[in-house]
This record gives sequence, C-alpha cells and structure tokens, in this order.
Amino acid sequence: MSAAERQGSVFRDRFRPFISEDCVRCGRCVKECSFDALVKQEGRIVANGGCVACMRCVEMCPSSAIEVRHAPPQMAPHPTFTGRVRESIIAQAGSGGVLLSSCGTDLPYDVIFDDIVLDAAQVTNPSIDPLREPIETITFVGRRSGRVRLDDGGRLLGGSGPLVAMDMPLMLGHVSLGAVSLNAQEALFMAAEKLNVLAGSGEGGLHPDMYRYADHVNSEVASGRFGVTPEYLRRTAAVEIKIGQGAKPGHGGHLPGEKVTELISSTRMIPMGTDALSPYPHHDIYSIEDLQQLIAVLKESTEYQVPVGVKIAAVHNVGAIASGVVRAGADFITVDGFRGGTGSSPRVIRDHAGIPIEVAIAAVDRRLSQEGLRNRVTLCAGGTIRGSADMIKALALGADVAMVCTAALVAMGCRVCQSCHRGVCAWGIATQRPELTSRLDPEQGARRIVNLFHAWNEELKEVLGAMGIDSVESLVGNRDRLRYLGPNPKLAEIMGIKHIGEGWG
Amino acid sequence: MTSVTSDVRIMRDGRKEATIDASSRDPHGRPVDQQTLNEEIRRVIAAGADRISVTGVMGQRYIASACTDRELYIRIDGTPGNGLGAFLDGPTIEVFGNAQDMTGNTMACGRIIVHGNAWDVTGLAARGGRILIRDSSGYRVGIHMKEYGGSVPSIIIGGRVGDYLGEYMAGGSILVLGNGSRRSPAGSSIGAGMHGGSIYVRGPVEEHQLGIGAALQPLDDTDRQRLEDMISDFERCFSLRVTRNWPEYLKIAPLSSRPFCGHFDPIPI
Repeated sequence: MSAAERQGSVFRDRFRPFISEDCVRCGRCVKECSFDALVKQEGRIVANGGCVACMRCVEMCPSSAIEVRHAPPQMAPHPTFTGRVRESIIAQAGSGGVLLSSCGTDLPYDVIFDDIVLDAAQVTNPSIDPLREPIETITFVGRRSGRVRLDDGGRLLGGSGPLVAMDMPLMLGHVSLGAVSLNAQEALFMAAEKLNVLAGSGEGGLHPDMYRYADHVNSEVASGRFGVTPEYLRRTAAVEIKIGQGAKPGHGGHLPGEKVTELISSTRMIPMGTDALSPYPHHDIYSIEDLQQLIAVLKESTEYQVPVGVKIAAVHNVGAIASGVVRAGADFITVDGFRGGTGSSPRVIRDHAGIPIEVAIAAVDRRLSQEGLRNRVTLCAGGTIRGSADMIKALALGADVAMVCTAALVAMGCRVCQSCHRGVCAWGIATQRPELTSRLDPEQGARRIVNLFHAWNEELKEVLGAMGIDSVESLVGNRDRLRYLGPNPKLAEIMGIKHIGEGWG
Repeated sequence: MTSVTSDVRIMRDGRKEATIDASSRDPHGRPVDQQTLNEEIRRVIAAGADRISVTGVMGQRYIASACTDRELYIRIDGTPGNGLGAFLDGPTIEVFGNAQDMTGNTMACGRIIVHGNAWDVTGLAARGGRILIRDSSGYRVGIHMKEYGGSVPSIIIGGRVGDYLGEYMAGGSILVLGNGSRRSPAGSSIGAGMHGGSIYVRGPVEEHQLGIGAALQPLDDTDRQRLEDMISDFERCFSLRVTRNWPEYLKIAPLSSRPFCGHFDPIPI
C-alpha cells in the first residue's frame, strides 16, 4: 500500500469493542456484527476495525462481555481543526466525493427545547389530578372552517374538511420503504394502528402487505412519485406532499442502486438496481400556484375523502412559505426542523442548512395567526422530538401535533450510529439484506413504540394536569406557559415567550 | 349556478354510452367548476358507462384523474385544463382540442390522445401508458418517466418541444417527430440527468442541446422496432403519414443507469 493509499486508514477505529474475561467465545457477536468489526481468531474474539458503535454485539452478548469504547483521536488536539474537520478533509482528498451521513446532525448545536421551562399551577389556578379526572388528548388532523356555526337546534354545522382523529397529539413521521426494511415499516404502521395515530409512508410507495394499515397511513407524494397510483391514493387516511425534509432542505432523494432490491423495485415501481432519484424540486411545482394545483388534483383524485397536507423543511422564510401553503389549500402542514433525521443526506446539508424546529413552529404559528389562517389548519412539527417534554414544548409553541421518527426507531433497536446510508444496519431497520431484516420482529417493535408513545401521552397528561389544563387543545400555542432560561433573550423574543422571572402581567 | 347535464344510453352492442354537456355558463360567463364536472364523470362511471363524451369543456382541471377502468373511453370536445388524466390507470382519453399543462401527470396506464397541442410538463413521472400529441408540446416534457416490469411509458409528439425534454428520465420512450419544423424540434438540456429510457428526435440535435448524463447514440434494430410501433400508432390516431427515413431519427440515451456512482463518499466520520 502506497503512502497515499494509507491516508485515511486511521478512520477505521473510531470505536473499538473490548472483550472482557467473561467472554464464553460463543461467537454470537461475530454473527451479529454486520459491519465486520469483530472476528474469531484462534478461538478468541478480536476487534477487526470499522466499529460504528451500533451496540448490537453489546446487547446480544449472553455474558455481557463486550464494551464499546471511543477510540481517542490520534491527531494532535486543535480547537479549530478538530479531529472531525481533519478527517473530512483527508477523506475528501482521497475520494473527491460529497460526504454522506444519516440520522439527525451530530454537531453540538444547542437544543432550544432545553432552554425552555414549563409552568405549573399554584394556588390561584388549581392543578388537576390526571389519574382521577379526564384529560382530553384527542387531536384532529385536517382543515377546519375556522368558525363554529350551529343550526337552529344548536347542533354543530359542518364546514370542516375531512378530519382524522388521533388519540394523542403524536404522529409517526415519514420513513420510506427503501430507507428502512419492510419489517421496520410494518412495526411503525402496526404501532400507529394500536395507538390510533397516523404513520407516514415515506416516499417509497406502499407494499400491498401494508394495505391493511391503510386507516392509519399518511401517504407521501414526493418529487419521485414512487409507487403513487390511484390504488396508493385510495389506501390511505391522509395524503402529504413532501416538499422538504428537515435534514436536507432543498435536496432530493437518492436511494443507491444497491438498495433497489426486488421488493423495493416492485413497491417503488422502478427497475431493479438503478438509482432511485427524487428530483430536488417537484417539476410540476415551481410556485405556490403550482402547489395549489397538486393539492387540488390529489383532493380530486381522493374524492375529497382524506385531508391533503404539505410537508416543508424549516428554513429562514418558513412563516411566509407556510402561509402560502395554507392558502394553496393544504389541510395540514408539517414543518420539519433542521435537526431531523434522514436515511441518507449530504453531511454539509444535514449539518448546516435550515433552522431549529422550536423557532420554526413559533414563526409559522405567529404568521398564520396574524393572517387569520391558523385556525384553519393542523400544524404538525418534527425534527428532534426526543421525549414528552419536547412534544409539550412544541405544542405550547404552536404545533397541534408532534411528529416523531428517530425516537420510534430507537424504541425498536436503533442506537443512532448514523450509518443508515451504508445499508447494513445490524438491527434490521435501515437495511434490505434479508439476513438482517429478519432480526426485527414487527410485533415486538410495534409493542415497544406503543409503550413509548403511551408513556409520553401519560406524561403529557401529568403536565397538563399540573398546569391545570384539561384538554391538549388548550395547550396549543399557549406560550404563556413557557419561559426561556437560555443564553439568548433575542430567541425568546422571536419565539414569543417570556424570560424566566417575568410573570403573567 | 352552473351545472352539467348528462345522459346515459345503452347501445345496441350492450355498451353504455354517456354524454355530459359542460357548456353551461353562469351569468358572468364562467364555466362549470372542475369539481362538479369530475363528480359527474365519476357518477356516470359508477352507473356503468364505458364510453363518455364530454362536450363544451372550458379549462376544467384534473379531468378523469385517478380513473382506473381499462375499458373506459372518454372523448373530450373543447379545452381541458391542467392535469388532464393525472394518475390515470387504464382509460383512454381523446381530446379534440388543445390540452394544457401537466397532461397525464404520474399516469400508470392508459392512453391520452390530443388532436392539437399540449403545453408544459406533459407526462410528468409517467410509469406506463402512452400519450400522443398531434402538434407540439412545451417545456419539461416527459420528466422523470420510469418503467417497471412490463409497464413502459411512451410519449409521441408530432411537432416540437421546449427545453428539458426527458429530464431525470428513468425509463420509457419519447419520440419528437418535428413535423413542420426546419430547425431542431427540441430545446436545450435534453435528457439532463437521465438514467434510463430513450429519447428519439426526428431532425437535427446538436451536442450543446444535450443535458448532463445524456448522449447521442446510434439506432439499433430494437430502436427501429420501437419507432415503427410508435409511428404507426401516431399515424392511426391522427390519420397522418410519417416518413421512416431512419437516418433522420436521432437517439438520445443515458450514459449510465447509476449517474451518482462515485458522487458520494459514505465514509463514517
């Protein structure tokens, strides 16, 4: 190997599995590791390089004998030219390629959610015990008339578009078949059915085996139009046009040919082994007026039976864009923040483009309210909803629904090793290899997602009760129940929330 | 208020023929709205009509979108609006007039025949069926068409087209015949980013008109067979004659089915 070829070989050991004395040499870890980071040599298990810290071996080892340690960077410390910076330079000097990564950005941006604290009721506004008093968490997705009208008998007159009722203000985001395995997608759909919430189909079409979950599927129509047929538009509870994704705003999709297996090819309706490219824009949408037409044709094609929404990435001008989207006829709008996940995205976009979801929610909510549009649509928000606290804060900032992806994947095994784009996920989630996908039992995965969402919803009720609120609708946009304790008061001003120490008056 | 009137008749051969008159106008001269017309079309289909004639069409959008009956024939007299036959999966639509933008958007199967022009974005993301335009079409024709299994989409344009013909194309065939055109009947950026399928143009195409990833390639026997099939279909539909002087026909095809190979670096950092 020449000196030039040797450059970069240092990356193979970012993490290193250590095998303790307790090892019984069963070889389970070697079988489990899909990154070939462990091998059996002369009866012993040894590290082979290339560990991504997916934790599969650690969690599967029958004698708890494996520990994954972070390999300390070998290069001299430097605060500007960090190890990561230098590794990127050396890698690109070798390959000349656009660096890929997956999951949400791992740059240490401050999470604004963590700088926000919640209010609780004391003395003058008594709290409610959610274990004894009902607290309403049913959430509707779809278009409202914006006005309440009653007939002579006092009955509510219609005027809303088609609505989907969910048992909690949570929905599973779009994870496409192709990015994840059919087992993983089925686990998500199954969980959505049990929880009575919506789950996004992603842009990869809907496999016929998934039609039975149609009542809980939010079908995506993205620029590639993969698998979008009249059948696809019929087997769904909602349709969502994907304009952007938080992890890669302005970027299309690219499923490499290696991942286009027979299953993916038949569901996406493209030839096997070719790259599945989603164009960066929709080529029939170059303006809000064009978007209005795609929304209208989808409503016409679904005979006005399901809500049609639009998903956009949180970008600088998100408030005005959202206003246009609502005026174009969207029944619900999903805003995806820049820390959101992806199965594959150019690192430079994932790490640097877009704005945080906290600010985007507040900006969209305010803009729509100012223009008298907010009460017509359902606003969904995602991009790092990591727990019930994030969900509650997102709602109080102005979202109706929190959209969750990564946390649901973690519930079923993902350990956020950011290697989805390599297609060899040891947990059987972000892979199409049959020997790996069979590791994921959809029912077990679904059960864990159901547990997780159930727990979050219980926590939501606890918080609502503590705030003295008995319905989640009264939390939406209720910024007065939030206070900011972070380093940048300008952010609080933009989000429309007060600083800690400021009272109600 | 405008409305449509329709009439379903059972013909001697047992077929049910419906006529829908959309020519009524409100006091301001505005035509019947798109939802009313489409609901009426769906209603007569549900009533069993397999031949539908719609007259007096004036810009109503999304006509016959997501219709799925393979035996269904829809005749349109007038000017249908944008998104004619979107998500079409089976029927034949014949337009006696001009079609507008996004004709056959994401169609899966069926035929759309236009006795006139069709403007921009014809056949976007089509994955099956055939679109035949007697005259010309506009910009971005056949973008991201793709084929799967036995389903191979094709678009035949009698006249000229604008820029970005077959951009992102992943399968199927496009034929531009260039009738009545002395210069190149296609614009620039032909087949930009294409990674499947074939584009045929009768008439000159210069190298500078080609988009990234597309290349001029010689016709082979398969191409000539495909052209013969498309040309004879075109001749039948419009009662026209098209010369088959093969040296006039140019083929544009992708350089690779994996255009992004080597573009990305998946190294873990």
